[in-house]
Amino acid sequence: MIGYLPMGREERRRMLASVGVDLDKLFDMIPECDRCMVDEYEALPDKGMKEMEVVEHVQALADKNLNTVKYDCYLGAGYYDHYQPSAVKHIINRSEFLTSYTPYQAEISQGTLQAYFEWQSYITRLTGLPIANAGLYDAASGAAEAVLLACRDKRRYKVFVSGGIHPETLETVQTYCHAAGIEVVIGDVDENGQQTVYPDKKNEFACFMIQSPNYFGIVEDLDLLVAKAHAVNALAVVSADPVSLAMLKRPGDAGVDVAIGEAQSLGIPTSYGGPGIGYMAVTKKLMRKMPGRICGQTVDRDGKTCYVLTIQAREQHIRRERATSNICTSQALIATAATIWLALQGGSGLLDVAEQSAAKAIYLEKKLTASGYFKLVYDKPYFREFLIEAKDGVDLEKLNKALLEENIIGGLIVDGNKLLIAVTEKKTKDQLDRYAEAMLRLCDAQGGK
Amino acid sequence: MSRYKDTPLIFELATCHEGSRYIRPLDVPKPDFAEWFGDAYREGKPNIPDVDEVSVVRHFTNLSAKNYHVEVGTYPLGSCTMKYNPKVNEDMAALTGFAATHPMQPDETVQGNLEMLYHLEKLLNDVTGMTAHTFQPAAGAHGEFAGILLIKAYHEDRGDMKRDTIIVPDAAHGTNPATAAMAGYKVREVKSNEYGTVDLESLEAALGDDVAGLMLTNPNTLGLYDGNIEKITSMIHECGGLCYYDGANMNAIMMHARPGDMGFDCVHWNVHKTLSTPHGGGGPGAGPVGCNKLLEPYLPRPIVAKKDDMYYLDYDRPKSFGMIRSFVGTFGVLVRTYAYMLTNGAEGLYEVSEGAVANSTYLRERLKDYYHIPYDTPSMHEFVMTSEWQKKESGCNTLDIVKRLIDYGFHPPTVYFPLVVSEAIMIEPTETETWRDLDALADAFIKIAEEAKEDPELLKGAPRYTPIARPDETAAARDPILAG
Repeated sequence: MIGYLPMGREERRRMLASVGVDLDKLFDMIPECDRCMVDEYEALPDKGMKEMEVVEHVQALADKNLNTVKYDCYLGAGYYDHYQPSAVKHIINRSEFLTSYTPYQAEISQGTLQAYFEWQSYITRLTGLPIANAGLYDAASGAAEAVLLACRDKRRYKVFVSGGIHPETLETVQTYCHAAGIEVVIGDVDENGQQTVYPDKKNEFACFMIQSPNYFGIVEDLDLLVAKAHAVNALAVVSADPVSLAMLKRPGDAGVDVAIGEAQSLGIPTSYGGPGIGYMAVTKKLMRKMPGRICGQTVDRDGKTCYVLTIQAREQHIRRERATSNICTSQALIATAATIWLALQGGSGLLDVAEQSAAKAIYLEKKLTASGYFKLVYDKPYFREFLIEAKDGVDLEKLNKALLEENIIGGLIVDGNKLLIAVTEKKTKDQLDRYAEAMLRLCDAQGGK
Repeated sequence: MSRYKDTPLIFELATCHEGSRYIRPLDVPKPDFAEWFGDAYREGKPNIPDVDEVSVVRHFTNLSAKNYHVEVGTYPLGSCTMKYNPKVNEDMAALTGFAATHPMQPDETVQGNLEMLYHLEKLLNDVTGMTAHTFQPAAGAHGEFAGILLIKAYHEDRGDMKRDTIIVPDAAHGTNPATAAMAGYKVREVKSNEYGTVDLESLEAALGDDVAGLMLTNPNTLGLYDGNIEKITSMIHECGGLCYYDGANMNAIMMHARPGDMGFDCVHWNVHKTLSTPHGGGGPGAGPVGCNKLLEPYLPRPIVAKKDDMYYLDYDRPKSFGMIRSFVGTFGVLVRTYAYMLTNGAEGLYEVSEGAVANSTYLRERLKDYYHIPYDTPSMHEFVMTSEWQKKESGCNTLDIVKRLIDYGFHPPTVYFPLVVSEAIMIEPTETETWRDLDALADAFIKIAEEAKEDPELLKGAPRYTPIARPDETAAARDPILAG
């Protein structure tokens, strides 16, 4: 028997013969001309490997990477390394959560369904908006879905998007919009790194979208967004990091219509960029226009409280080409992991994580800018990530390469002479001191002063 | 007493604690955040209860007990390919060397990740008969979107702007027309013929210079292989359109037939179906998309490339249609995919599909005297039967039959799909069921057919041993309660 097949060919042959079918004629419906005639494949080996060999081979590949457990890493830019308590992975590795399907059969999926419901509840509590869905692929595609939602709601084909959003989110929004025939107008952030200038033409844009904290780490003014958007009859959309919402004004409280964001920051491993999960929360008015799975509470035939997938008349399996989206996947297991993370941390823990991340980012920034080699690009409050500009003569590429020798993966180089540095609660004061010391020492060595 | 515990919402389990149990105490000065953030600052604790760890663990463990899953038994959901998910693949994805890498790390620090993806692309090329793959799509429907965007980018690049229509068969998954609409296309439906495959006359009538392409799955949602497939793809090509293969049913044909050889220009995978990565209760999956040379220039950014001995992410793709998510793809899921393909090799994948078709065929043969089967031609990895006979005899419909199946310890098949068959029951056992498992499922279905005649109330009152039964879905949708 091969791999994970429970039957060999002979047993298969006997089984089929018992109902009068010939194994050798099983694929006769495929005409000769369609048959796969390849003798030797370019990469696919004829024979499979045994489990032991697979483990050795795959482990060897993993070992070729520099990982962020061994290396002290300062990368963020949309993906953040927050601590995941051990209990999270133990629970989501239970096959009841891991190996079940989308909960179409409510009677035997109440575990998954209640987890969906609790996830939606947490998202409404974090964002201050009353309605959330079960999850989207990630923040970037979530932003695109938010824009499409706004265009459906306003019946307009033009949107305004801040230049302060993550560049890959922007590119994703542009790709979706190009496909749907929607025009994207991109705004410039001001000298403080914030989106303060908005279009003032009435009834032209379906929505204004910003990100907060934005790509440069800067906290945006949600009140201004809402005032400007609503003044011209556009929806206010924000991509907001869920950890930051522990201490920052909630989108719903500011009057935002749609909040989306990347919830990988709720303790999900960075895993080279996926899987993560996008969340989406909206006002009550937009509920039936939302994309994605939605779980609702109801009662069963005996009056018992239970949960089901609901408002499905929006979805592709019913509405086909008139659906709100083609999406089926809700990143359910990742949503469940994030839900368990929030349950374990609680409000106190979440606030602690947020405060420590911000405090440590501020501590590191002050150390780096005090040296004279770096200055803050934007003088506005940031959350756990900041952008600094290197003095002339400092070569950041060389600097980051030298840091690797000291087991440090430095910040992200932006526009050649700027560094985007992310700090989470996982960093210790010693690590931050060491990073700052190494940066300044290497700057000295480059003769930047 | 029910064997299921009541599980009030997590919010009802509130206790109180100070700070996080899990992270070390703050070791740098704490700034005055009210001053730092100014107007944007929110005073006080988030509106999220603190709960002790043991209560959280018990809560979610009690919730998990209310789920059916692949590791307790057969999960014959048609079109969903609920096969066994090898345990070792979970360990591989969780290796620190993979899980603790950041998407923005410089290429030279993630050579292992890139080598894995580079090699995986070649493996996927071999099975599909394509020349390149993108890993961007996060799931099957996302892959469909990428496939249609490739076709759109091709036509636009040639300045052929009149093509505004995608052809979709009536038996297609709902995601196909929904995807075409998202990509800005009109949808033109073609009918199935009496054999359940594409009606060539209906297709001929749908052709024209406004056709951008075709979306088709083969075998289709009835589990039927379309013997005219090469004719169909060349008809589309002759009118200037391109052909997209919906990979939902790849589990039927691996190493037996390839979309590239059938004449398709691009194809998506559902690795969570065909290549055994776990479904997770609704994701995460991954939907790599393959294409031929014609469409390669339009693939989304970045693609994985190699120069000399170094692997790198190539963003310099002037004709690329852009991005449809951030970063390279659902990497953790792709590690599982890679391990699965290595374990099987070409011979293994050949037998995977043989096993899938054999198991489905066996079940169909065992059930055909008890349930109406609308298309009496050989089917592949899945087949569709209906409750027509039971409905006439005793008023028991498809829902009653499958709810009764739950009483016998099985997950129901997919029901009321495809839409071209009324009261459809769509069964896909997959290759990872034993002969014994298949017999147990067949016996249960046969018993239910007898019960429908003798005691229909047994079906109408099902399920009986579940935490809840027959929820009021109408009430749920009318006055939605979506958060607690």
